[in-house]
Amino acid sequence: MHYPLKRLLVFPLVMFGVSVFVFIAIRMVPGDAITAMLGTESGLLTPAQREALRAYFGLDQNWIIQFWHWLTGVVQGDLGLSTTFGKPVLRVILTHFPLTLELAILSMLIALGIGLPAGIFAAMRKDSAADLAVRVIVMIGQSTPNFVVGLLLIFVLSVGFGILPQMGTFVPFSEDPLRNLGQMILPALTLGTAFAAAVIRISRSAMLDILCEDYIRTARSKGIPRRRVIWCHALPNALIPVVTLSGVEFGYLLGGAVLVEQIFALPGLGRVVLDAILQRDYALVQGSVLFIAFNFMVINLLVDLAYAALDPRIRLDSN
Amino acid sequence: MRRYALTIAIRKLFASLAAALVLCTGALMTPVSADTLMMAWSQDATGLDPHKQTAFSSIRLLELLYEPLVRLDPDADIVPAIAASWSFNDDATELTVTIDPDARFHDGSAVTSADVKASFERILNEETGAASRSNFTSIASIETPDATTVIFGLSEPNVPILTAMASINSAIVPAAAIAAGSLGSDVVGSGPFMLDGWNPNSNASLSPNPHWAGGVLAIDGLEISVLPDETAILAALRAGQVDFALINDPFVATLIPDVPGVQLIKKPVLSYHVLQLNPSRTPLTEMGVRQAISCAVDRQNILDTALLGEGTVTGPLTMDAYRTDVSELFCYERDLGKARSLLAEAGYPDGFSATIMAATGEPPTAAAEAQVIQSQLSEIGIDLEIEMKELNVYIDAWLSADFDMAVALNGGRPDPFTMYNRYWTRDGNLQKVANYIDDTLDRLMTQSREETDPVKRKEIFAKFDRHLAEVSPWVWLYTGYTYAAALDTVQGFEATPTGSLFGLSAVSIVE
Repeated sequence: MHYPLKRLLVFPLVMFGVSVFVFIAIRMVPGDAITAMLGTESGLLTPAQREALRAYFGLDQNWIIQFWHWLTGVVQGDLGLSTTFGKPVLRVILTHFPLTLELAILSMLIALGIGLPAGIFAAMRKDSAADLAVRVIVMIGQSTPNFVVGLLLIFVLSVGFGILPQMGTFVPFSEDPLRNLGQMILPALTLGTAFAAAVIRISRSAMLDILCEDYIRTARSKGIPRRRVIWCHALPNALIPVVTLSGVEFGYLLGGAVLVEQIFALPGLGRVVLDAILQRDYALVQGSVLFIAFNFMVINLLVDLAYAALDPRIRLDSN
Repeated sequence: MRRYALTIAIRKLFASLAAALVLCTGALMTPVSADTLMMAWSQDATGLDPHKQTAFSSIRLLELLYEPLVRLDPDADIVPAIAASWSFNDDATELTVTIDPDARFHDGSAVTSADVKASFERILNEETGAASRSNFTSIASIETPDATTVIFGLSEPNVPILTAMASINSAIVPAAAIAAGSLGSDVVGSGPFMLDGWNPNSNASLSPNPHWAGGVLAIDGLEISVLPDETAILAALRAGQVDFALINDPFVATLIPDVPGVQLIKKPVLSYHVLQLNPSRTPLTEMGVRQAISCAVDRQNILDTALLGEGTVTGPLTMDAYRTDVSELFCYERDLGKARSLLAEAGYPDGFSATIMAATGEPPTAAAEAQVIQSQLSEIGIDLEIEMKELNVYIDAWLSADFDMAVALNGGRPDPFTMYNRYWTRDGNLQKVANYIDDTLDRLMTQSREETDPVKRKEIFAKFDRHLAEVSPWVWLYTGYTYAAALDTVQGFEATPTGSLFGLSAVSIVE
């Protein structure tokens, strides 16, 4: 069978597993929507009031029935109703997803834009002063948590220069691209530079490995210019680990970057999930985790297909 | 030469990235209309139904949109809101309220006695699930002889019911909105502002209510942004992006006086930090043990260490009108000798072990408070193990009284009866959490509910305050402040002890 098709067939199974897991996990967490909404005031409720609220939040039915209702809805494209937003879960996710997608793409562009050239540059000058400098920068980049980078950026810009991108009221790209990019550039830099460090490291070491390969020496001895050898012969093969790493990272980013979204007040998917968990908005937690899992599987599939495109020696079909 | 080509390419890339950054940040400084107040806070409202929402941030938003019958001014005195006047009969079993004839909902329709009746019937209906219902169960009848008069018949004398009516949880909503079941999604109130749009956890847009009985506002609108990180709020204030902000974290608040052009507005609040003991757990069942703990705790030291001194040591009653001078309360001066002898008399000369629970980040000082208390009590041989819990887990344990000791920040109410009858009366809803009651407490609470003479009520509460501190079911520590930060251009905001933002209706922006 064709590889992508085979993978697509596994999707529903994985999704089902994920939904069972999320459904149970969020209900195992102590507290429910009532205590999340009322806090200690919920102790003032009479039993009848509590029952009325349990019915309102759909907590009065047993788990199996709740799960069945939810699952039949999901199959029909209805992820349920978010109690905190008072809107369908799918609509909540789709309003917040474009931001998350944009942030993921921008930070990947920054990470690869800095990481790949720097990694190749360092590999070509192995053990030179420049290589050493790159390696030190990588170490600093990888060991600095991104919330520190984010807070530093905010601090330096606001205290040092008295400027700061408009935070809070988010402007979508389609509405005002310039303002939108202004709001996104700092969080994208924060996420991008941290990941760039990883890209530099992995592309440098992959490049070093490949540069020692026989076929590179052969190509060089045939008189192909060094630049052409690097870009046409070595780079595609060195890209494979970078693609793997980027795929995983991109998948994570599509799940929302909670800390960075918190710091820069971006209403992305990460904060939706976080707030949904804190508010015990079960339908929203289930819906968004399912959505994130789906994205992850699509990314993984794309990564597999990219291997085959980069290196024809890799065959995805088993026979 | 080729190797330089790559170097140059990389340099170009960095240069263009840097240029893009500068360009974008510069482009962002879009000026906003001078008369729209830009506000920021770190926690958004969690819903719009005024009868159901009890979260601090929800109440803050809803107080701008809805109005209760009466309101508390910055001195915590009851002043008119929808009600123009009110009076009790002699034995406090009947409350007559006259509605302000100018009161209007956002849609321009008059607020009538029918709306008041429908609102209270909704709160009292158990199907609604309104937590504030417990304050109004003594309402036996609601009569509306004409469009501006409401007579509440009470099944027992209840003076503090008027203060309970000052809460936004007893807001007057249109009878039509109740019938339509639209309170959770649409806001038609009679408050100073109207809600034009709300994206939960992101932003809200408010505009002045042209029909507001309180007059014309000096600002054209209010844009509220949610900035979850309070240091980011501070940065936004510095950059002039935000005119006004609510600050929760006392650590951030203490940084504000150093920021040029920004003023800090702080006001003591009614909510109190307390070390809750659980008198149903051995050895806390012994009054001597509880009193020993009260004597061994250095309240000012905890305040200075955990809250940077940002507060005032307090007894059980936290409102200015009823506060007792703490030097008159039992063992408010730390006395380790007395603590040791009390402990020995109770049969625990070598101390004992217990757990102390605290919620992670709620309040932000909880962990620090638990640690200081742990070290202070170790001096009399009490060995505490700290259990940090996620907020919802903490609340579950708190409600089922599943703890030895708990560090808590409990909400205060302007009237001591409304604040404490839930804990310190025999049939209080949270007596099962407090787990301690005696005849004196129960009797004093009942007296305060029936007494209409303010001077005599004050005497009753003074006795209550002293007695509660002495029997030490809990160890009251201190009250903190509510903080707002505003640019110097923002003028006229007055804070209240409940933390209300209603003062924004009097704010103006000067250049």
